[in-house]
Amino acid sequence: METLVLAEHDGKTLRRGTLCALTVARDLASRSGSKPVILLLGRELAAVRDDARRFGDVVVADHSLLARPTAERYAAVIADIIRAQGVRELVAAASTFSRDILPRVAAVVDAAMGGDVTACAAAEAERVELQRPIHAGAAMASFVLHGTPQIITVRAAAFPSAKPLPESEATCCLDWPLNADALPDRTEFVGLESRSTNRPELGEARVVVSGGRPLRSSEEFQAFVGGLADALQGAAGCTRALVDAGIAPNEWQVGQTGKVVSPELYVALGISGSVQHLAGMKNSRVIVAVNTDPDAPIFSLANYGLVGDLREIVPQLVRALAR
Amino acid sequence: MKLLVPIKRVPSADEPVRVRPDGTGIEDDGRAFMINPFDAIALEEALRIRDSHPDGGEVLAVCIGDSEVEAELRTALAMGADRGLRVACEASLDSLSVAKILAGVVRREGPAMVLAGKQAVDSDAGQAGPMLAGLLDWPQATFASVITFLEDGRVQVVRETDHGLETLRLCLPAVITADLRLNEPRYASLPAIMRARRKPIETLPVADLGIQPRSRVVQLRMEQSTMARECVRVADTDELLHRLRSEAKVI
Ligand SMILES: Cc1cc2nc3c(=O)[nH]c(=O)nc-3n(C[C@H](O)[C@H](O)[C@H](O)COP(=O)(O)OP(=O)(O)OC[C@H]3O[C@@H](n4cnc5c(N)ncnc54)[C@H](O)[C@@H]3O)c2cc1C
Repeated sequence: METLVLAEHDGKTLRRGTLCALTVARDLASRSGSKPVILLLGRELAAVRDDARRFGDVVVADHSLLARPTAERYAAVIADIIRAQGVRELVAAASTFSRDILPRVAAVVDAAMGGDVTACAAAEAERVELQRPIHAGAAMASFVLHGTPQIITVRAAAFPSAKPLPESEATCCLDWPLNADALPDRTEFVGLESRSTNRPELGEARVVVSGGRPLRSSEEFQAFVGGLADALQGAAGCTRALVDAGIAPNEWQVGQTGKVVSPELYVALGISGSVQHLAGMKNSRVIVAVNTDPDAPIFSLANYGLVGDLREIVPQLVRALAR
Repeated sequence: MKLLVPIKRVPSADEPVRVRPDGTGIEDDGRAFMINPFDAIALEEALRIRDSHPDGGEVLAVCIGDSEVEAELRTALAMGADRGLRVACEASLDSLSVAKILAGVVRREGPAMVLAGKQAVDSDAGQAGPMLAGLLDWPQATFASVITFLEDGRVQVVRETDHGLETLRLCLPAVITADLRLNEPRYASLPAIMRARRKPIETLPVADLGIQPRSRVVQLRMEQSTMARECVRVADTDELLHRLRSEAKVI
């Protein structure tokens, strides 16, 4: 088990970010002619285990004590597996899940760690050159990790999703013998409050429509940003200005300190284009900006710019798309 | 209660970051620096906890670096930290080395809690906090937006995750990292800045912690990213939709 992929899942299927991490892991593992193994943690994992086995061998730690991903417990289990199996590299998608857990694992197993990787050149066997954005994406750093084990998180947006293995290829599954008594018990999970939405997930959507400060209430946000997102079957996002104002939930924030997205189409409504916001969406394939200020910085990053009031433009777009 | 807050000096957000032509780092000649914004939030929270705790306490601000970082330590003292400690170290450090140094300071000082920023806005790594928790084997809560003390001595933390707001309860001692919405850091008043000049800053050579930092994340070079695109200004929504359909083929 040289290369391990820490999976994120919803109990049924692997998240897209995990499949992108798997792409990188396959590349890394191929240097030694091996294949990555997918690590699943949680409770009642039968369904997601079947999904994961379409992509490779699987290790499963399935226990009621792992029902919630608290860093203390998850890191303890992952560190045990790394040590016991002699894992050389662990790869995962960059997300709040891995940002919470994996640095802790790195400390416990004394691993070099590189996060938010956007390019990985595994041409040489011993030296893998990695790249990651720094300074809110104003610069790119190229670096190498020394020693083993190594921990790498990758930006899903930068890599394609891995394809399932051919059906003929059999995969196996190892149930990790968990020592439940040894798990730490100093963190109690109380609850998770998420604003449910029937739109696609922000990090995975083909189209993202985001709104900025001119939207003055949740109702306005739903009407304009939500309205256009629905017309384009996309996800809704926002700038920090709206999260700070309590108009949109934090999990919709795009940017340096929010989510990083790279959809086919990103529509920025009333967004000035701060470096912190651009850090989260600049790699979108096509960017459209709607702004009353013809000199707004967002236009220098957009493929298409429309100067005008979003309150007039969005209803026109929604009507035209409905036709 | 004794609270420890690590402080990092980062380039000020008011000027764009320029990479040196030789790719060894960013242009820092004459540029302004500041406390990493998330560290300022962590410090503000520590000050509020100290001031609202019946038996008071002490807030210790810790910087790692050469003597230049004392400017940020002075700012932390002006905001209200009781003491400043600089771990003198010239080497360039990866996150795990930083966490090891901080763990050494924690073992020496014995705080009940470490409040750190969730990430530094220069390296954007966000690793030092949870690494420190791992080295100390303390519970952790990253991306905190609300911190409350419970009667039973535990601390309740609301965390901002990709999937919504998660609430955890931790036994102390613990490491908590601050997200943006935890609070609005105060500005230091002029009298506070004057008073801060008299507050102690201790310097501790990194070797005195018994640590020889050795970075295993080795940067090869840095490049300026270019993000600019050729923007087609469209006249109206009809032209926009037409171009999105026939030219960009995204809808
Ligand atoms: C440490 C740190 C981290 C940060 N992280 C993030 C992050 O992750 N994500 C993020 O987004 N921000 C982040 N920020 C905040 C960022 O600096 C900006 O303040 C924020 O992105 C601005 O949001 P905005 O574009 O909505 O608002 P503004 O900058 O106020 O822009 C509003 C725009 O709307 C236009 N406008 C006004 N009315 C209309 C109308 N009727 N129709 C059309 N256009 C209109 C205006 O011309 C203007 O361009 C961070 C800041 C700091 C300090």
